[in-house]
Amino acid sequence: MPATKFTPSIISRPIYGGLTPHGTVPALMLASGPGGEALLDLIAADPAVLPHATVIYIPEGSDLGPRLEAQGPASYVEAASYASILPRFRKLLAEAPMNTRLYLAGTEGLIGQATAEALAAGMLLEAIEAEHRGSLARRMQCVHCKGITEDVTTDPFTCSHCGLSLFVRDHYSRRYAAFQGVCVDAETPGEVPPKQEIKA
Amino acid sequence: MSAQMLRVTEIEALSPLVKRFRFEHPGGKKLPLFSGGAHVVVEMPDGDLLRRNAYSLISDPQDGSGYEIAVRREDGGRGGSRFMHSNVGQGDTLRISTPLNLFSLDARARKHVLIAGGIGITPIIAQMRQLLRMQDRFEIHYAARLRSEAAGLRLLPRLPHIHSHISDEGDRMDLGAILDRQPIGTHVYTCGPEGLITAVAQCAARLGWPRGSLHSEVFLAPPPGRAFEVTLAKSGRTVTVGPHQSLLEALEEAQVEIDWSCRGGACGRCETDVVSCHGRIEHNDHWLSEDEHSSQTKIMPCVSRFRGRELIIDR
Ligand code: FES
Repeated sequence: MPATKFTPSIISRPIYGGLTPHGTVPALMLASGPGGEALLDLIAADPAVLPHATVIYIPEGSDLGPRLEAQGPASYVEAASYASILPRFRKLLAEAPMNTRLYLAGTEGLIGQATAEALAAGMLLEAIEAEHRGSLARRMQCVHCKGITEDVTTDPFTCSHCGLSLFVRDHYSRRYAAFQGVCVDAETPGEVPPKQEIKA
Repeated sequence: MSAQMLRVTEIEALSPLVKRFRFEHPGGKKLPLFSGGAHVVVEMPDGDLLRRNAYSLISDPQDGSGYEIAVRREDGGRGGSRFMHSNVGQGDTLRISTPLNLFSLDARARKHVLIAGGIGITPIIAQMRQLLRMQDRFEIHYAARLRSEAAGLRLLPRLPHIHSHISDEGDRMDLGAILDRQPIGTHVYTCGPEGLITAVAQCAARLGWPRGSLHSEVFLAPPPGRAFEVTLAKSGRTVTVGPHQSLLEALEEAQVEIDWSCRGGACGRCETDVVSCHGRIEHNDHWLSEDEHSSQTKIMPCVSRFRGRELIIDR
């Protein structure tokens, strides 16, 4: 699955530059599902990134794990979900030296949450590389109840917390790693436009 | 630039070449607080000449009872520091600008590494006071040539994370050792000679640090040079800049309205468009980009000079 090209939007909509190798410096690599292919491409582009790399892979049904491990990074961990690996990821960030690069690949939810975590640990945005691969599902925050609904694939969608019908905006919060969902039928209650699949 | 008359209440020699000055409000009023790394501009009326020099504040940013600066006497300079050393006495009043900070601590940092060379220790002293108050994680590395000349030693408390390196005693600052293995979230602040700032930048680049983690301030006094002439596009007048004068000072003397703030080529306030240039602008600022320097379409009058046939600026 190739890297996603998003259509231009408002300025707050994140864009992902793709994974550019930074050589032999310490690296943290975190990928989910088809994002594993982006890591394989990165390693193929510059094998020098491997000897000091810690790779965390969340397969989500994909079978790229053995191939990633076979590349021979300094350490390789497979995780069931981002939530399950978060404590370990935090510890790795806390112990990382200043020249560490973070390579992220997968869904926007994964990239956004891991980026927010790294920024909170003091990492600078310029040290983070990200590439979108796989599902276009979005992590949405309801601007009304503030609840977060994961893996939203349609617009509008129903807030999993307060039940409002929400319009999917490109307005993005870097801190919450979520797009903003706004009530779609506030003026005309009940008049909800038909659901459409979210496109890039 | 807002400023007020303040009284010199203390003068102390920190080393043979460096004096500490304390300024207070003559009526005992509180002065605006500032943040570590801020500077003030001191006006020095010397006969017909009005000198203005920027000095970093070394006092506690949260203490509005007075401002303190440390001035190193530069005998080869344009006379501002000599004036402070020889003409200013306790009880005198001088016009001092409101503090301005072009070298502030980065609030995103999880750890601060402060590196100073020589008199470059001054802004770092106030940053340190702020960090001590906030109980933030930091370390200081101060390099000086001779112990007897190291004014910073009098200003730095003895703490395990504050290190002095006196090169004359064989203790040279090892930048590689300082920067290696620092945790993510480290920000580095360097103040001192240009060579030190370049060395820190090169060392950080070699280790693979992101550039945004590096902050610096060069102590830039307008360099003297040959006299030159500048034509003002708006009035058609021609102004002569003396060898020990900056273009900014010459414009001020000619009553040309021009904004300024740092007077050291760092803040961008005095940026002026060049209308035409037959010759070479001696760019001394840290504000314009390399492209702007080479295209000779802009000049920073506070520090830059000109050599050649004709320079017309948009003033
Ligand atoms: S006054 Fe700050 S750059 Fe000239």
